[in-house]
Amino acid sequence: MAATEQEILAGLGEIVEEIVGIPAAEVTPEKNFIDDLDIDSLSMVEIAVAAQDKFGVEIPDDELRNLKTVKDVIGFVQGLTV
Amino acid sequence: MSTNQVKVVITGLGATTPLGGDVESTWAALLAGKSGVRPLTWEGVENLPVRIAAQLVVEPEAVLPKHRLRRMDRNEAIALIAAHEAWEHAGYAFGDREGYTIDGDRLGVVVSSGIGGLHTALNSYSVYLDKGWTRVSPFTVPMLMPNGAAGMVSIEFGAQAGAHAMVSACASSADGIGYAMDMIRSGRADVVIAGGTESCVHPLQMASFGAMRAMSTRNDEPERASRPYDKNRDGFVLGEGAAVMIFESEEHALARGATIHGIVAGAGYSGDAYDIVLPDPSGSGQAKAMRRALKDAGIVAEDIVHVNAHATSTPAGDVAELTSIKAALGEEVAHKICITGTKSMTGHLLGGAGALESLITVLSLREGLVPPTANLDDLDDGVDLDIVRGEPRKLPDGPIAALNNSFGFGGHNTAVVFKRAL
Repeated sequence: MAATEQEILAGLGEIVEEIVGIPAAEVTPEKNFIDDLDIDSLSMVEIAVAAQDKFGVEIPDDELRNLKTVKDVIGFVQGLTV
Repeated sequence: MSTNQVKVVITGLGATTPLGGDVESTWAALLAGKSGVRPLTWEGVENLPVRIAAQLVVEPEAVLPKHRLRRMDRNEAIALIAAHEAWEHAGYAFGDREGYTIDGDRLGVVVSSGIGGLHTALNSYSVYLDKGWTRVSPFTVPMLMPNGAAGMVSIEFGAQAGAHAMVSACASSADGIGYAMDMIRSGRADVVIAGGTESCVHPLQMASFGAMRAMSTRNDEPERASRPYDKNRDGFVLGEGAAVMIFESEEHALARGATIHGIVAGAGYSGDAYDIVLPDPSGSGQAKAMRRALKDAGIVAEDIVHVNAHATSTPAGDVAELTSIKAALGEEVAHKICITGTKSMTGHLLGGAGALESLITVLSLREGLVPPTANLDDLDDGVDLDIVRGEPRKLPDGPIAALNNSFGFGGHNTAVVFKRAL
């Protein structure tokens, strides 16, 4: 069964907290990873790899560039798993 | 003392070592003659020739948050921990903590490591073999490069005068201390965060130094294994740790009313140009480094009261260094000074050794006490100089100076002169 938006958001929050130390509660849909959460490009690579493992999806490098906000990632994961 | 030179003083000290997680605990253990060498408990350790090392007392995980440690090699993390202690000790502000501030353009960093991120390199290679390249940490390169600690410390404290790392094996951080002093003398910086770090207690190191037959195999008596100048010494013991000092121009330190813990007065260097691992048996290279350090400091041999020796506890090296000391200072002075080998307690920090032993030399001058050489039960027949043993030795009052020697594979010889601040 596909993960709900809430489940993906919670999962992403855990990943972000684990990798860059930002509390999961701050990871809300409208946040931009770079501008709002101050996450650098190398950490984004780690987050993407962790998200792939957690949600069982493949995020190609070309696609990663387009995933600028938390909402973008949720949409991408849902789009592949629905 | 040269008259035209900027005087460089030491205003802060920090360390995390096999004897303690900070300077105070490390110094107390040194004076007590305690060894930081312990058995290794790795799986498969029985396959190694060497099963002991001097590892940290306080793990970086107890100090830094997990998410920061994910992107730092252990050698980088401990450099950062020692740098924070030194920075705070010097009275500088950080984050919410109040203190003195400094323009980043006037602040430099020299933090050296001889080996760099060995743990990272090998762990990342294992990940690659097991799971493929996509699972290799994107931070692998900044974690394995030997200048990583210098870069991270410069970011932490906003040091924009320049961040550097000298790489010369076991002379790395002694070279770095000379370079840091020169940054201030030449006017490039008012303050420099200067130190060294090493963390490579890994099976590969036990195997490769073991293959050289360079390490002690006194596996059943770890605390007795590192024993410079003792008849029954059988090699060095690997140690890990970091030591960092805050160097400052005297003018800058006095202007802000800082406490001055010592003076870094000069450095001397030489290259043996003899063999990639063996020291030149004539000792002429080591002696040259010491003489050049005295000249750079503008002092004469008679000003030296103490040498913190390189003394790694190898059969050949310890006695050869004493020959070099005699050649550099002259027989008469060499017989008057007291010498100690603190690797008997800390193990050999390789690229971090010069910084840690410089810090110990600064404390020895400040406190007027030289830590003993531990485990010195039977003095080697070849030793005819005064080695501090048993208990700490009191140093004379007044304006005194001491030398710290560091020698590295590659034939790198470095000596640094410290003076007591009065």
